[in-house]
Amino acid sequence: MTVLLALLLQTPPRAGGPPSPGPVATPPIYGYIPIVIFFLIAVLLPVVLLGVSRLVQRQVFEREKLMPYECGVDPIGDARDRFSVRFYIVAMLFLVFDVETIFLFPWAVIYDRLAVFGLVEMLLFIGILVVGYYYAWQKGALEWA
Amino acid sequence: MQTDFQTIATQAMQFIMPEGILTLFACAALVLDVMLPRDRKRFVAWVSLLGVGLAFASLWILYTSIVSKGTPRTAFFDMIVLDSYAVVFKSIFLIGAALSILLSIKYLEIEGEQRGEYYGLILFSVIGMMFMASSVDLLALFISLELMAVSVYILVGYFRRDKKSNEASMKYFLLGAFSSGVLLYGISMVYGLTGSTNLAKIAAALPIVASANFNPFGAAAPPDMRYLLLMSMILMAAGMFFKVAAVPFHMWAPDAYEGAPTSITAFMSVGVKAASFAMFGRLFLYGLPDLRGSLAGDPASGIPSLPGWALLLGIVSAITIVWGNLGALTQNNTKRLLAYSSISHAGYVLLGLIAGNQTGYTGFVIYLFIYTIMNLGVFGCIIALRRRGIVGDRMEDLNGLMKKAPGLTVMMTIFLLSLGGIPPTAGFIGKFYLFAGLIETGNPWLVRLAILAVLMSVVSLYYYIRFIRAMYIEGETEPQPVTLAPSLRVALVAAAILVIYIGVFPQRLIDLTQKAATSPGLKTYSYQQGATKPAEPATPPPARGMPGERDRQTATPPR
Repeated sequence: MTVLLALLLQTPPRAGGPPSPGPVATPPIYGYIPIVIFFLIAVLLPVVLLGVSRLVQRQVFEREKLMPYECGVDPIGDARDRFSVRFYIVAMLFLVFDVETIFLFPWAVIYDRLAVFGLVEMLLFIGILVVGYYYAWQKGALEWA
Repeated sequence: MQTDFQTIATQAMQFIMPEGILTLFACAALVLDVMLPRDRKRFVAWVSLLGVGLAFASLWILYTSIVSKGTPRTAFFDMIVLDSYAVVFKSIFLIGAALSILLSIKYLEIEGEQRGEYYGLILFSVIGMMFMASSVDLLALFISLELMAVSVYILVGYFRRDKKSNEASMKYFLLGAFSSGVLLYGISMVYGLTGSTNLAKIAAALPIVASANFNPFGAAAPPDMRYLLLMSMILMAAGMFFKVAAVPFHMWAPDAYEGAPTSITAFMSVGVKAASFAMFGRLFLYGLPDLRGSLAGDPASGIPSLPGWALLLGIVSAITIVWGNLGALTQNNTKRLLAYSSISHAGYVLLGLIAGNQTGYTGFVIYLFIYTIMNLGVFGCIIALRRRGIVGDRMEDLNGLMKKAPGLTVMMTIFLLSLGGIPPTAGFIGKFYLFAGLIETGNPWLVRLAILAVLMSVVSLYYYIRFIRAMYIEGETEPQPVTLAPSLRVALVAAAILVIYIGVFPQRLIDLTQKAATSPGLKTYSYQQGATKPAEPATPPPARGMPGERDRQTATPPR
């Protein structure tokens, strides 16, 4: 703990200090003090906001006030409802093809330099995805009912 | 001029040919699963087995044409290395996968869960394991570890309707994900300290970072980076301890092993363990060799010297051996018992890393090889007990097996004695090398560790012999006959023959594993008056005769 703190809070060497052995311009280890300050503010802010409002608030509880907020209308049913597992399957499939798109973009940008090799590599990648797609399709993951 | 991409296409691709073949067959298993009618799913198993066989053949071609002819070759921007260490471990995984597939065919039919995904997932996890053995880059290691782990999480929960299986999968997944996070944290700190994810570059940067006077920025009061380095080492070790189920991090193992389908318990107790040890060896022997002994301090300025990973591993392996063996004593569920036994075996394998000499490394590799075969054999025998209405994982299910299935009983006895380390079987050879490695160092503490390990393997005989007592002495408790499916019979007979063959003629396997233990980059150490000092990089020992003679000659005996 003290070692970490010492690491974070060290001051950079002064201009007249001992000469540094290498051509290191701005050592990255000294840049953490703003982060420490930021971290402290991040912790303090919610504590202060909640604490002050707790101190000055008028504590009147009534039924309307304790009701969960649901866009202003009266809530229907419990919030802890069971979702159909299909939502998760769709979400997972989305994730897979989303990643594919992310891979395709940088590939397309430097496609002229990758040439045939890049084409083959991307075809391999998409080929594996197509196998998974075919599998999911045949298993009925794309049908809702 | 050749571009990088041309190099990859023309040369590097052949280095990952076995993995490529397996990928093809894993995809084929998925596609076949949806194409075949329900009663033909068994075909997928044979296709996957063919894939494993072809991968093995291509690995053999790689070995004879490239690896056995000289220096290891790297590919994919130094991410993959093809050396004998990788080849031996890859063959362990392939043998393990082939035996597991053979064990599964009939078992899944009885359970009514014969599906292609099962074999596809096994192949995918083997691909991950094979990359774990040959990666020399932290990122490649981590990604292949996850490929293996995610496939195995699914396989553990493969019996969807079985609550126990689901629970096991959930526990394994949560703890596995947590341990991956810990490992990744250590990896990120090592990267921050050394500036590279390549293990060779990390090893080269370590002596500088680990020195007590490391001061790259010319600070007036230089920070002592050794603490951070040690912390990242401990985090990486903790992540790996989780994966190999060493003691402070072994909690998931009995539950996951008990709940998983028995064939998967067999597969994960050998495959996942061997792969994690392969990665453990790569990380610690190739990446952090200088953190092994103590990190020298500077007495003049009052900077203390710090212990390295040999001490950590020593303590953990001692606790693991004791705890695993004591935990197994009272179990009545055979799968749970074997889970504890596999925990203690993880402790034994760690001894090879601690010894740090040629014999120790040979023992490390040879023991994992032998353990794969004998443990799959024991689990195969337990799978054979699964009949209609009988799960076969209680100790009583073994009662009177000698009268029902004498052949099976004899094979089970061979595997159990081998696990206990009784001489004519292969397990003895493995344990011999592990313990001999420790004793050769001459360090009094390591010799004590070896004595503890020997004592605890005597304790382990108690619970292995409980199996034997149930099979030979106890009377039958249920009349249902035991029949062996042909595929299971082939796997068990092959494993039993291998266990006996290696036990009687170990020289071929020793030669092979010694090559793995002498790959360049692997550092050996000799002990001088209890202090660790790195010796010269390993040179191949004479082809015949006991290894490590060089170490014995140079090491001075303790006082």
